[in-house]
Amino acid sequence: MTAPAASSYTASPFVGRTFGVTVAGLNKNFGRTAVLKDINLEVKPGEIFCIMGPSGSGKTVLLKHIAGLEHATSGEVRIGEFDAADPETRNKVHLALVFQAGALFNSLSVYDNLALYPREHRQCNEAGIRERVLHALSILSLEKAANKFPSDLSGGMKKRVAIARALVMEPQLLLYDEPTSELDPVMSATLTEIIATLREQTAVTSIVVTHDRDLAFNIADRVAFMMDGRIQGVGPRADFKTPADPVIANFLNPVIDLKNPRFKQLE
Amino acid sequence: MNHLTAIFGHIGGTLLLLVSSVKFIGTLPRQRARFIEQCYLIGYTSLPIVTILSFFIGSVLALQSGYSMENFGAKQFIGTLVGLTMARELGPVMVAILIAGRVGSAVTAELASMKVYQEIDALTTMNIPPERMLVLPRLAAILVMMPVLAIIANLCGWYGGALVCQYTHSISVDSESYFIALKTYMKPKDIIDGLVKAEVFGFVIILVCCYIGLNTRGGPREIGASVTKAVVASLILILVLDYFVTKALLFA
Repeated sequence: MTAPAASSYTASPFVGRTFGVTVAGLNKNFGRTAVLKDINLEVKPGEIFCIMGPSGSGKTVLLKHIAGLEHATSGEVRIGEFDAADPETRNKVHLALVFQAGALFNSLSVYDNLALYPREHRQCNEAGIRERVLHALSILSLEKAANKFPSDLSGGMKKRVAIARALVMEPQLLLYDEPTSELDPVMSATLTEIIATLREQTAVTSIVVTHDRDLAFNIADRVAFMMDGRIQGVGPRADFKTPADPVIANFLNPVIDLKNPRFKQLE
Repeated sequence: MNHLTAIFGHIGGTLLLLVSSVKFIGTLPRQRARFIEQCYLIGYTSLPIVTILSFFIGSVLALQSGYSMENFGAKQFIGTLVGLTMARELGPVMVAILIAGRVGSAVTAELASMKVYQEIDALTTMNIPPERMLVLPRLAAILVMMPVLAIIANLCGWYGGALVCQYTHSISVDSESYFIALKTYMKPKDIIDGLVKAEVFGFVIILVCCYIGLNTRGGPREIGASVTKAVVASLILILVLDYFVTKALLFA
């Protein structure tokens, strides 16, 4: 699959517009530690864009900048024509972030977790909210979990509830932070299918931070590889199946060598 | 110097939290369910401990003052002493200390855990300001419940003192004389001043505890550290503010 053009997607019934993301010269320091170094990226509207890289390479920090949860030391992130760091942008763009651990509200039931957004923004009456919530729950096959609390759910169900909650927001930009981590292979495949299906149904721009090669190689339109806070490479997913760059190749296709184990090299 | 900068930073941060919460005051009517829930948590669930503690504070006050005042024949003024001390000082201060330990710690723990487990970040990305949903209903609830708790503490303390005076052989001041002395020298301003103090203490406790909870950084261990910090800060602020508010009210 090649990267689709924005115009190849029809507008969803509830999303009037999808937004691309532009990251320009982004730098982020925590104290004296530089976490992001001169990041430049462009994510097209309607695209599934995967960000891969080793742990600690700055992927989640980059995602938080796109979500407006972190402020850049220098450089900027724009969602469409809007500045991601400006709180007002959230009034103009429906942005949803699926957190790695779900970040569900533990004091609320699954139903109320999903109903919170439309209730707080007074988007419709309680009957309308119920319809939207039940629709989102049915897409993720979570109808039976509606009255449960997050503490009663398995890791996989929490992630599905987090995606359902994002879906209720009718997002124009959907960010996923490690959506398949800590899941069994079948559940990982299910979530991968869900991410692809949501994009097909709603044309939502999806940015996925992941370590999961299967996810990236099956559904990503383009992939970016991060290393030590820098973008090491960006391109269509096919380019990453047999990468020319030895650093990327070593990460994506590690060879287990018991005669010369990696942990010895770490010392 | 760094400590001083940090203290001013925290004061500024707390004031900013206040401003950003108060600007959503118009949303309070549609947040009445949360407001009522907070009134219940702050007021109703604190009632038993406030009642018991203030009853015994009044009792001990009567016992100690009876023992001392007997030496110079002033036993008839025990009611005045207990009444004024409870209304002006011990009622509001004890309720504030109880609220700091019981409610303030719970508020900080809840918000800190929401912060650590990214629930606050989730609210932010959902364009639901945490100040509106989490801080404002608590501030409104404490403003309503603190005077109620302070009045109950006063009444329990007064009746505790009356019982001790009546049934302690060495004091032997009957309830009627006790309450006459209490009424004679006590003005409405004494009670109102106490309620004003209770309001100020309660408001500051909740604001500081919310600020510390929402600014928790790190992992689960930091939740405990934040709770300790919030309770210590609240206790210090209660006693420091007590002096300044009392002085302001006495000379107002």
